[in-house]
Amino acid sequence: MSDLHLNIKVWRQNQKNDSGHFETYKVTANEHMSFLEMLDVLNEQLVREKKDPVAFEHDCREGICGTCSMVINGQPHGPLAATTTCQLHMRFFKEGETIVVEPFRASAFPVLKDLVVDRSSFDRIIQSGGFISVNTGQAPDGNAIPIEKDKAGKSFEAAACIGCGACVAACPNGSAMLFTSAKVTHLGLLPQGKVEEEKRVQAMVAQMDKEGFGMCSNIGACEAECPKEIKLENIAYLNRAYLKSVFTGE
Amino acid sequence: MQWLVQFFSSGIGKKVLMSLTGLFLILFLIVHLIGNLQLLKDDGGQAFNLYADFMVHNPLIKTISYGLYFFILLHAVLGLLIAAYNRKQKGQKYSVSNSQKTTWASKNMALLGILILAFIFLHMGDFWFKMKFTDQLNLQTYDGVTVKDLYARVSVAYQELWIVVAYLIGLFALGFHLWHGFQSAFQTLGLNHKKYTPAIKGLGKIYALVIPLAYAIIPIYHYFFMK
Repeated sequence: MSDLHLNIKVWRQNQKNDSGHFETYKVTANEHMSFLEMLDVLNEQLVREKKDPVAFEHDCREGICGTCSMVINGQPHGPLAATTTCQLHMRFFKEGETIVVEPFRASAFPVLKDLVVDRSSFDRIIQSGGFISVNTGQAPDGNAIPIEKDKAGKSFEAAACIGCGACVAACPNGSAMLFTSAKVTHLGLLPQGKVEEEKRVQAMVAQMDKEGFGMCSNIGACEAECPKEIKLENIAYLNRAYLKSVFTGE
Repeated sequence: MQWLVQFFSSGIGKKVLMSLTGLFLILFLIVHLIGNLQLLKDDGGQAFNLYADFMVHNPLIKTISYGLYFFILLHAVLGLLIAAYNRKQKGQKYSVSNSQKTTWASKNMALLGILILAFIFLHMGDFWFKMKFTDQLNLQTYDGVTVKDLYARVSVAYQELWIVVAYLIGLFALGFHLWHGFQSAFQTLGLNHKKYTPAIKGLGKIYALVIPLAYAIIPIYHYFFMK
């Protein structure tokens, strides 16, 4: 159990339209702490000093909710591949290191305070079509609808997307194509979701554009930073489904 | 037709236009290269001059060439608009940038495109414009057929070091642009499958190396060996 003495250079911004600036704090953190626990230590320190604690979002702290949004040393969710910020441990940092912590950057994700950004644009994309309409009533029998193993597998891989927004944060264009395509692929590969695909794709792409996300230029930064390893093939699926809905849709 | 307008105003629609025009320009590069390799022939320019005369007078080629000018402009203008929009929508930049597993070319397509466009203006201003709209070129007669001596103009141009260097810079930019653009065009069209994507990516890299290199031979050869 060894302690690390770190300099945390963190983005401070009081409210939405403030310009914001970096401040550097000295933090002593245990190597077994998660990154968020290290920030908790920093905040306790700030509260003791009667200073405003650093606002950051967190919820499950077990890597499945996608709430902990921040860019650590230039990488959304930090340096570890396929890992959310809450699952990133301080042992991956060096003694005496200066760690730069910034909020996710994209105009569709405005900064609300410090490291907290407004990601409700993702919610509106989901609301526009990221669902399967079902009639209420008795629950259907399990396995009543046969689904091929390959498709179920691919759909499940896309469904692993936790909607954290790291793809948008990593994208130099601020594009939400990886997120939207994961949802479209996840639902579209299943027979229950296939029925509404044309409508879904049109609506979700329109909403994505309306929210002001940039256009995808296939750079691949999203795929590299995604904590759930969502693949670029999903974006090709979305492009295909969108073209199909435009040119051959009913 | 409202659906089509709607399609082309969507983000994906604009990118599909970039992809299709890009693929057309990729095909053009081969045709243009094959024709222009005749500049390496040691026949005083006869084959190339007859070919150039055919290219400016054949009605089918003329029609395609108008399409080509339009697609170059569309690809360039739309590409710059998309890049400007994306830049604006990204908003504030990170103070630390540490992008993983991405190529430099993929993040600088607009810059590379501007370099290529500047090169196209230089290139067309020097040869295409003089061939089509001026009487600056001398005439040459081969077997009773009188044509403009574009070969002589090209040959003179390639004796200038700065022109050769400008061509090499333009071709270098083209290589990087293709390095990302070739495979990206297929991804945008939704063509990504384990069956053929590795082949497309491999072919794209070969194309991005071979085509600019083959073009580069022409000015280099003229500069060093055809004084």
